[in-house]
Amino acid sequence: MKEKEPKIIAFCCHYCAFTAADLAGTMRQQYPTNIHIVRLPCTGKVDVNMLLQAFVDEADGVMVAGCEVGSCHFLEGNIRAKKRVEFAKKKLEEAGINPDKLDMYHIAASEGPLFAKTAREFTDKIKSILEEEQKTAEA
Amino acid sequence: MIVAEQKPFEEIFEAVKDYDKILLLGCGTCVTVCMTGGEKEVGILSKQLRLAAKKENKNLEVLERTITRQCDEEFFDEDTAVKIKEVDAVLSVGCGVGIQHIAYLFPDVVVRSGVNTKFFGANMQQGIWSERCAGCGECVLDKYEGICPIARCSKGLMNGPCGGSSEGMCEVDPENIECGWQQIYDRMKRLNKLDKLLENQPPKDWSTHRDGGPRKIVREDMMFD
Repeated sequence: MKEKEPKIIAFCCHYCAFTAADLAGTMRQQYPTNIHIVRLPCTGKVDVNMLLQAFVDEADGVMVAGCEVGSCHFLEGNIRAKKRVEFAKKKLEEAGINPDKLDMYHIAASEGPLFAKTAREFTDKIKSILEEEQKTAEA
Repeated sequence: MIVAEQKPFEEIFEAVKDYDKILLLGCGTCVTVCMTGGEKEVGILSKQLRLAAKKENKNLEVLERTITRQCDEEFFDEDTAVKIKEVDAVLSVGCGVGIQHIAYLFPDVVVRSGVNTKFFGANMQQGIWSERCAGCGECVLDKYEGICPIARCSKGLMNGPCGGSSEGMCEVDPENIECGWQQIYDRMKRLNKLDKLLENQPPKDWSTHRDGGPRKIVREDMMFD
């Protein structure tokens, strides 16, 4: 039977990670097709409600990808996003959801291959979390 | 403003998990400003409740609403009132006043509280609130040039400081609590009014505070006939 692909939402900054994802495509870099990219003007737009809503809407994993520290187009949007991601992780844990299903990454616009690698690794991580949960549920 | 903080999620979930349908009601005034029970926090908490309920295979429907003020009947519009009556319980993230007002306005409805109401405080910086008023009913701020010994001295001393004041900090928690009386002294010194502190203040009349029982203000000039 074909393995069920996890549903992953990636909130990407227009100025870096989104461009990197675009570049990954141009460079013919492979990354899983189950990653749904949501383009944001800056990861500073990320709100805890937005992250939790993705899980309410059945996402298996959520990644937030912004500029490298010090390179934010809006100076510190990515640093604010990082804090919100940490807060959202806490909220997920309280609700009984594995907080590792949510993570933040910093990917510059020129790093197409890094975006593809991060997307692959995050998908693998989510798959192994889901497998683990499946085993626990069956036990 | 009234400052509150959210109860532990576990406690909130325990209080509502066995209902089928609840209304999570936020308040748009003090608890919005102290980032505890406004529209945004209602959104976060309702999502947490949905995720936790799903995890435990519970059928918990969570309606969301935030009104301007829970402590004022006029803000309970018809739509809100209908929702309050149709659910099994209202989970309010308003302060203790708001929660009690829901219980008063809707006597047949079960109300659960999502916050712990803390104090009357000021916003010192983003994310930090500090107690400034104890609501004692008889303001003494003029005597102390704008720093309240009742709210800001751990012992509420009218004539201070006590022997527990050291390097500007209070013995109750020398790491975190500033000595209110040190602040009073520093302010008097700055205003060149240190001689005011030589006056001995008589014991405070606590009958205007909780010792006089629940308080009420009646303004006949403001009442409708």
